Amino acid sequence: MSEQHRPVGLAMAHLWVAFLTFLLAAVLGLYQVAVRAGVVPQWDEGYYISVSAHGNIMGFVLTTFFIVGFGYYTANTSLKRKVWAPGLAWTGWLMMMAGVLLVVFALITRQATVLYTFYPPLTAHWTYYVGAALLVVGSFLWCVIMIVMFGQWKKDNPGKPVPLAMYGTTANAILWLWTATGVALEVVFQLIPLAFGWVDTIDVGLARTLFSWTLHPIVYFWLIPAYIAMYVFVPQAAGGRLFSDEMGRVAFIMLLVFGLPIGFHHLYVDPFQSDGYKLFHAAGTFMVAVPTLFTGFTVMAGLEIAGRLHGGKGLFGWIKALPWEKPMVLAGGLALLMLTAGGFGGVVNASYAMNTMVHNTMWVPAHFHLIFGGTVVIMYFAISYYLWPKMTGRALFSAGMARKQLWLWTIGMLIVTIPWHWLGLLGVPRRTAWVPYDHPLVEQWTSSQYIMVFGAILLVLSALLFIINLLMTHMNSAREDNREVEYAEPIHPVLNISKSLNGFAIWNWILLVYMVAAFAYPILQFWMLSGQDVMAWGW
Amino acid sequence: MHIDVLEKRWMWLVGLMVVIMLGTIFYTALANAVHPPSNVETIDSTRLHLSEEFAEDKLGVETMADGSVRVTMVAARYGIFPQHIEVPLKTPVTFRIATPDVLHGLHIPFSNMDTMVIPGFVSEVTTQFQFEGEQPMFCNEYCGLGHHYMWSRVKVVAK
Ligand code: HEM
Ligand SMILES: [Cu+2]
Ligand SMILES: [Cu+2]
Repeated sequence: MSEQHRPVGLAMAHLWVAFLTFLLAAVLGLYQVAVRAGVVPQWDEGYYISVSAHGNIMGFVLTTFFIVGFGYYTANTSLKRKVWAPGLAWTGWLMMMAGVLLVVFALITRQATVLYTFYPPLTAHWTYYVGAALLVVGSFLWCVIMIVMFGQWKKDNPGKPVPLAMYGTTANAILWLWTATGVALEVVFQLIPLAFGWVDTIDVGLARTLFSWTLHPIVYFWLIPAYIAMYVFVPQAAGGRLFSDEMGRVAFIMLLVFGLPIGFHHLYVDPFQSDGYKLFHAAGTFMVAVPTLFTGFTVMAGLEIAGRLHGGKGLFGWIKALPWEKPMVLAGGLALLMLTAGGFGGVVNASYAMNTMVHNTMWVPAHFHLIFGGTVVIMYFAISYYLWPKMTGRALFSAGMARKQLWLWTIGMLIVTIPWHWLGLLGVPRRTAWVPYDHPLVEQWTSSQYIMVFGAILLVLSALLFIINLLMTHMNSAREDNREVEYAEPIHPVLNISKSLNGFAIWNWILLVYMVAAFAYPILQFWMLSGQDVMAWGW
Repeated sequence: MHIDVLEKRWMWLVGLMVVIMLGTIFYTALANAVHPPSNVETIDSTRLHLSEEFAEDKLGVETMADGSVRVTMVAARYGIFPQHIEVPLKTPVTFRIATPDVLHGLHIPFSNMDTMVIPGFVSEVTTQFQFEGEQPMFCNEYCGLGHHYMWSRVKVVAK
């Protein structure tokens, strides 16, 4: 397929929104640690507005815009067909942009200092909730386009396996439709009516239950593009093969089916859900570790093949033989490193009883900055370094700078998150502007508070290097000759694919049953209880 | 579907890990009754001050007939009431907490006393304190611009 049919403008429009807002949010992150450490004036409202903006940008804007933009490009290049209904795709972009602008308006006019998790009965200005809804609905248009393109390709290529990259992308589109439904119900039926004053009260237990429906699987929405790159780009860049195409499919299916009905691990210490349902969700939470462990295995096996092809010998010699100078390979290695460290913290959080020691302490941001701010984002960087030359036709400005940037990001993240884990164990509450408690325990926290400022500076520098590299690539005079996006080939070509590994129908049915089992009663119970509705509050 | 021998071994190993972790969790939960606060119990949060249990003069520490201890508390922006409590070491202590306003979370570091406090609901946690001395109890859930000023003191004393 010729280059004219590539959705470059569409992808760029999404990716640049993602990365420019990301840079802003990184600076806000630095501001936050500086406030916590007391090296800038301790302004409480400033801190909480900043955390609300930082969480919204990193969690909703960077991710959604990146995933959508990357999704269009993946669909186009892996299926080798034009993006279906580009007008609809641009409509989605416009809706998402309108949503972002409304949220920004609410935040900077100081009318939405309620964090990115909404937290009723705190009630923000309606623009905040309508903005969030527009962002979600806009991204749903992308889901529809991905599913249609997936179906069209299958119709034109009966019996053939859908390319793994597109299989994963479609899994993510379906996952996102399921995932966002929880928060959409909360926003449409509870928060918007409350913000407009159409109703006077809200059931906070119900709101939190609906939010928890979204809060876990949303992390897989963020993570799946990173996994896709690990399956199809990392082994290719390393000069090896994909160890197993089918195992990749199994992993995406498991993320979809097990990732959804487990949100109650965010509600372990919430009093309005019973321990039976919490245990049920805890069990599912450990099941969803399985696809991640499979992914780690497949990616490392692919890398080992590459290392041995490069002449690496012995138990570990292949690691040294890998082409670490390639940003994609380096990012893959660093991402797996942070995934392992962050995964360890996650197992602690997921543990039904142990969680009480760390719930809502700095342990929690430490965990998700490693996986989300670490593994996920570093793969977004690597994907961009790989795709920018393909999209612009210009060579990457500097691979050396890219390598430095990736190292800086990893080191910065470790410097920030290791003290946070420690602070969490020492009881420091998360989402606090600073720690004015007059208690001897506080003295044990001080040194860690300073270390994280240093880590945050490295992170902001790294974010800057990333943006500069991409910008300079647009202006690079050196041309990129190879415009093909190359996806890794599996060692064993998939000749006969079973229907269940090439589609999603059966998995959607299984998921439906599982979701009803996990959420129907816990949601309906709020209509059987009485007297719990409360009024709206400011902050 | 093609599954490599190495892959098969890895699957068994992964399965074993999951079984061990879940086994531990289910064992402690079911055999030792270790559960986070999960009493599904509603309360009219606008009328806390008039309620039997959470009226101002009812708050505080009370020793029950069986020797266990009950602590009744209210978390309200931006304080945890009563501000100072004293509880015995290595004795079952049951906290019952409610709020008249927004979300809070109460945590005593180095202990299992960690619970969300949700308007409209009562939180109940039972634990035993293992260390003597004064510990802070922090609000660990964002509740407004003064959230970081919200804390109290808990003194654990030997009997
Ligand atoms: C320059 C790098 C960064 C720094 C210095 C930083 C710092 C922080 C700080 C200090 C908080 C607030 C912690 C608290 O009060 O509980 C926070 C929260 C958060 N960060 Fe970051 N962060 C950075 C990058 C990232 C990245 C790359 C992501 C994800 C892609 C991310 C996602 C989040 C989220 C979702 C929250 C939660 C907000 C909330 O609790 O409401 N951060 N970050
Ligand atoms: Cu989760
Ligand atoms: Cu608070």
